Amino acid sequence: MGKTNSRDRIKNEINAGSMADIAFLLLIFFLVTTTIAEDRGVLVKLPPFSYEPPETQMMKTRNVYSVLVNADNQLLVRGEPVDIEDLRDNTKIFIMNPQKLDNMAEKPTKAIISLKNDRGTEYATYLQVYNELKAAYNELRDEAAEKTHGIKYEFLDKDQRKAIRDKIPLVISEAEPTNFGEEN
Amino acid sequence: MAKFNKKRSKAEPEVSTASLPDIIFMLLFFFMVVTVLRDSDKKVKVVTPNASELTKLTKKSLVNYIYIGRPTDAFKTTYGTKPRMQLGDKIADMSDIPLFLEKHKAKLAENEKEQITSSLRIDGSVTMGIVSDVKLALRKANQLKINYSAKPEAK
Repeated sequence: MGKTNSRDRIKNEINAGSMADIAFLLLIFFLVTTTIAEDRGVLVKLPPFSYEPPETQMMKTRNVYSVLVNADNQLLVRGEPVDIEDLRDNTKIFIMNPQKLDNMAEKPTKAIISLKNDRGTEYATYLQVYNELKAAYNELRDEAAEKTHGIKYEFLDKDQRKAIRDKIPLVISEAEPTNFGEEN
Repeated sequence: MAKFNKKRSKAEPEVSTASLPDIIFMLLFFFMVVTVLRDSDKKVKVVTPNASELTKLTKKSLVNYIYIGRPTDAFKTTYGTKPRMQLGDKIADMSDIPLFLEKHKAKLAENEKEQITSSLRIDGSVTMGIVSDVKLALRKANQLKINYSAKPEAK
């Protein structure tokens, strides 16, 4: 019994001082391995699939902005070769038609972008083209928002956004790709 | 003055470090929860291109990932050098897409099903042939919301 007494007298405590160090080690491990992976990308909505061929809609040529990308990653816009750097500005002019030319869109709601690529087109080029077309629309919406509300499109509330979206709807129609180039 | 000084020196002002482990543990738990140890190892090499008009995908549970790229060196002998598609952790064909989407759908509540986005992680050097095939397969499976994964442009 005397033994137990002597045991009680000794302070039986685990030294918690090193606990922090252990926790630090674990912390540093997770800090290093963490990739707060953000997935960002170009959001696209595909048209629904149907086995029947879609109804052919006759469009006025002036309202259609055809963009072709061939297997050599070259651009043909409305029958003329164009540099990808100019695509965004050209598209903006086509949609808004500031000078009311009769070979460009009657009004933004009637404008249609028709995008067609080859099966041999490089994906990076395709995405770049898509990105430029989307950027053209986003810039136009920003400009419209700044004109009417004084702030950028993304800061508007839901109804205001919808109003601008109705005024400048994003219509990118993608045709079945051609099959001339070599795939690899 | 002397009295005042004496009193002070007697007390031992020490910051208590007892709560330090707790603080560190809290940080630790935060990072443990946030960390995503890579779930599927990649059998294809994917370097996504750059773009500027990016949208963030916020809800991870509503996203499924489709990888398209050339097989990595270790898998070149089995799968060749042509671009292939990877679903989950294995190389798959177009016919595997509906089942893959259905499996993901089954995990979700009814009202979330229409918000599913397919994130396409496609290597920049791949040609559009396989991408078009995947797009067509997704359309046939009625998975219409897609996201071309891309990196923000370096300024």
